[in-house]
Amino acid sequence: MNSRGIGSQVKDSIPIAEFSASGTFGDHDILRRGFTSVKNELLPSHPLELSEKNFLLNQDKMNLSTLRNIQGLHAPLKLQMEFRAAKQVQRLPFLHSSNIALDTLRGNDDCIGFEDILNDPSQSEIMGEPHVMVEYKLGLL
Amino acid sequence: MDRDTVPPEPQGGFSFENCLRNAALEKAGGVQGFRSPKARKTGTTIAGLIYKVTGTGRPYGALCQFPSLLTRALSLPSCCGAGVAADAEMTTQLLSSNMELHSLSTDRPPRVITACRFLKQKLFRYQGHIGASLILGGVDPTGPHLYSIHPHGSTSKVPFTSMGSGAAAAIAVLEDRFKPGMELAEGQELLAEAITAGILSDLGSGSNVDLCVITQGGAQILRPFRTPVSRGKRQGRYQYQAGTTAVLTEAITPLRLEVVDETVTAMDMD
Repeated sequence: MNSRGIGSQVKDSIPIAEFSASGTFGDHDILRRGFTSVKNELLPSHPLELSEKNFLLNQDKMNLSTLRNIQGLHAPLKLQMEFRAAKQVQRLPFLHSSNIALDTLRGNDDCIGFEDILNDPSQSEIMGEPHVMVEYKLGLL
Repeated sequence: MDRDTVPPEPQGGFSFENCLRNAALEKAGGVQGFRSPKARKTGTTIAGLIYKVTGTGRPYGALCQFPSLLTRALSLPSCCGAGVAADAEMTTQLLSSNMELHSLSTDRPPRVITACRFLKQKLFRYQGHIGASLILGGVDPTGPHLYSIHPHGSTSKVPFTSMGSGAAAAIAVLEDRFKPGMELAEGQELLAEAITAGILSDLGSGSNVDLCVITQGGAQILRPFRTPVSRGKRQGRYQYQAGTTAVLTEAITPLRLEVVDETVTAMDMD
């Protein structure tokens, strides 16, 4: 669980796994990520990519800091605690969880956005290998 | 087993995976003759105006749109769109669903300003990459309202407006003859003329004028309201008769093929 604050979780670049000469094909998957280039690693491929990646985090940051200014420290603390508790309710690592408690807390249960229509995670075409994913999640990998 | 076989956490929403690939293809394409698929570009003229508030204080509004991009958001606020057609349609569908959910959770009929704010926030988030310019109109408990919403998220509350590629012609007509408090028939006539001006002056806008009248009781779509121009009819047949061109010489060269190798493979029919 990431125990750092929201501000430090905001990403300002798209991370790509580093090269390792030891693996058979290296860590870089050409099929999925294309040929390597320094520019690709540093700059986002689309102007909206970074802003979309950080959108939820930025919005939370703004709302919680406004809440802190209006109602004091305890209000955002309590809310964040509830969010973290709800985020921990998950299924096994390779199964998709509906996150119903988290959605209800955030108020997403009476909104429809592009994240519900496009690229629905429950209908993702990529499936990970269960054993590898469990080991990765437990930190054994 | 590699870390790389763990797929990234799937996230809903837009996926930018192919952007780099597409950019690389476009750049290299000129060299090898690859042409990316082009979007089909047509034009639109949409316009709207607010007409009479009757003596009993029940307000009415009218919205005229062309072509058939009106997506009804409930029975009250309705929206017509110009710009990228798919974007406008998706956005209005999202608007419609969200307005319905919002009105169910607040247990009140939705207001036009709510729809406007929703659209504005959504479009600003995507910084104009969603190319939907919309005219939103409706009647709610506070009266008739008309908003024009641009792709970057700016909105304006107006008594009449027009958008799309034929907007300049339409707005000229509207600015000349609009008066606040017109009657329904007068308003319809003015809008039809404004759209006709757009049709005649703009190459892309098509041939039909569709109208949508929004009142307190709901929206009524009149399609087609008027067809100012129709496709011309050809005067005669311009095809040549068979045999018009005389054949002067004819030369036939047989292509002789030599059988080099013959193999027969038995196919198992079980």
